[in-house]
Amino acid sequence: MILVYVETDVSGQVQLTSAEALTFARTNAEVLTQLATSTPQLPDGGPATSRHVAEAPSGSSGRDDGVEVALVGELTEDAVGQLSRLGVSTIHHLEHPDLQSYSAAAWAQAILDIAPESGTVSASGTPRGMELMAHLAVRAGERMAANVVAVDDEGLLRQVHGGTAFERLRLDGDLQVLTVAGHACSPEEVTPTTPEIFDYELEIAEADLRTALVRTEVEATDDTSGLTQARAVVGAGRGVGSETGFGEVLELADHLGGALGVSRVVTGLGWRPHSEQVGQTGSRIAPDVYIACGISGAIQHMAGVDGAKTLIAINTDEEATMVQRADYAIIGDLHEVVGAVNEEIVRRRG
Amino acid sequence: MDILVCIKRVPDIAGTVTLNAAGTDIDESGLGHTMSSHEECAIELAIQTAAATGGAVTVLTLGPAEAVEQLRAAVAVGAHDGILVESADPGAFGPEGIAQILGDVVRDRAEQGQSFDLVLTGSDAADTGDFQVGIRLAYDLGYPVLTNIQTLSPGGEAGGPEASVGSNDGGAAAARIEARGIGPSGTEIFALDLPAVVAVQEGGVDPRYPSITGRMKAKRAPIVEYDAPEPGAGNPRIRLELPPEKTRSVTILGDGPDAAPALVDVLEEIGVIRP
Repeated sequence: MILVYVETDVSGQVQLTSAEALTFARTNAEVLTQLATSTPQLPDGGPATSRHVAEAPSGSSGRDDGVEVALVGELTEDAVGQLSRLGVSTIHHLEHPDLQSYSAAAWAQAILDIAPESGTVSASGTPRGMELMAHLAVRAGERMAANVVAVDDEGLLRQVHGGTAFERLRLDGDLQVLTVAGHACSPEEVTPTTPEIFDYELEIAEADLRTALVRTEVEATDDTSGLTQARAVVGAGRGVGSETGFGEVLELADHLGGALGVSRVVTGLGWRPHSEQVGQTGSRIAPDVYIACGISGAIQHMAGVDGAKTLIAINTDEEATMVQRADYAIIGDLHEVVGAVNEEIVRRRG
Repeated sequence: MDILVCIKRVPDIAGTVTLNAAGTDIDESGLGHTMSSHEECAIELAIQTAAATGGAVTVLTLGPAEAVEQLRAAVAVGAHDGILVESADPGAFGPEGIAQILGDVVRDRAEQGQSFDLVLTGSDAADTGDFQVGIRLAYDLGYPVLTNIQTLSPGGEAGGPEASVGSNDGGAAAARIEARGIGPSGTEIFALDLPAVVAVQEGGVDPRYPSITGRMKAKRAPIVEYDAPEPGAGNPRIRLELPPEKTRSVTILGDGPDAAPALVDVLEEIGVIRP
């Protein structure tokens, strides 16, 4: 069995990164199951109650390479529909008053409680996914592989050195614990079947609640979802020149209905908030187009933009890494070039 | 509040990466070394928190003899002393082995009379990117742990008055701290009982630059040395691989603003211009 921890957003929709992790699990199910050392078993005791039992397509639950979901908190109808389209056979719904506030230890234990004794447990390579899988791995006495991008019969392949190299490894335990790197695959939908949903009588240990979340303050500048989900991202680097030099790039991002992403130099200088940072220690993006303005292309930045389908560079230096790695480039001052691009877009719009 | 910060010497990768002859790691010849930006922020956070509560900052690393450079770099910006656990091949331990060695050092220092209220790590190392050493260390020590934390407020009580870093509130070591980080739906605030482990994420504080006196102090900084045990079969790595060379070649659309129409053509073709 391959158990995937799925994250939902505030409106109960399945996060894009979780959809990627589910597709990764479904398309690699056979080889993941082969890599797990022994035959997967159903969890001890089994589910407490079955809220809904499907038409029971043969072997939908408990099948060796079936993809099952662990979801903590509210399970919306929308999420059930999304999960069924992503090929999920079974949803393990983990809800308990003590799990309403996030606590990594308690959430990880709840997931582990319904995990198979052998097989694979995975999550997307988000901060939550990393944290939960690490707690779960320690509790299960297993290793954990972070940011896996591929798997074959030789083992797992995962990002190291900020995505500039890959590590080939095997986790020779009973339970293979891993996270799937962002954009390792694109979500794929299948012919939906109604998933079985299991609810549980969970027991939460007091000790696992000692780091529970106290409160959340919503600030617009913290939100990176616009950046990671934008079809077009305009990148800005040191070449912008100053804190007040972002007018043209912001206007271009607006014309494209996209987002601004910046290099680490820009956030380090305090010109823009960290939530806009793209790269190894910021967001990793995979837009249809990334327009890098005045960004030289440090390897840590390139790690965050490798997923872009089309890469466009605007730079004064033709020899810059970003220009060499781009599909298209304009050599020139970014303020002049981006200003002219904005004028041209407005002119064509009429 | 006495704080231990665990850091890691990593190659400072700037250009093209090549592998060593055995294909087990990147070729570090000719590369400089550094630590991850998460760890630089952890050191800064430790210095601010220790200053606000009247404590000391110690930096700890498991690495080759040369890793003393990273310890001294931390002392140069305000850490008080360092601990080097020397190993010619620290990667051989894997994240479980590394966490256990760090835990053993924390216990041994406590026996020597040097105990820590708070242990900080970076959220992940810049080279191996394992995202788990801090959590494993916490379990090894029996401490609570938070990850993805950007700022700390000593003495902060849940929902109560906050004493943020920098506003010295009396100097007594707090038994509890407030920790903040960016979660999926906003800034998340946690209350943490000490001792504890916190894995720090870049973005909450700006690491300071070393002063001249800091650099002088770093040269004389006391460094306690330990020898690492012999590594067992701690690392599940088979080998490293490099991504395939990008074969696409760049099309130069032109020079300066005159090339703007050509770029707009490309954007129209991709279909990303808002109507």
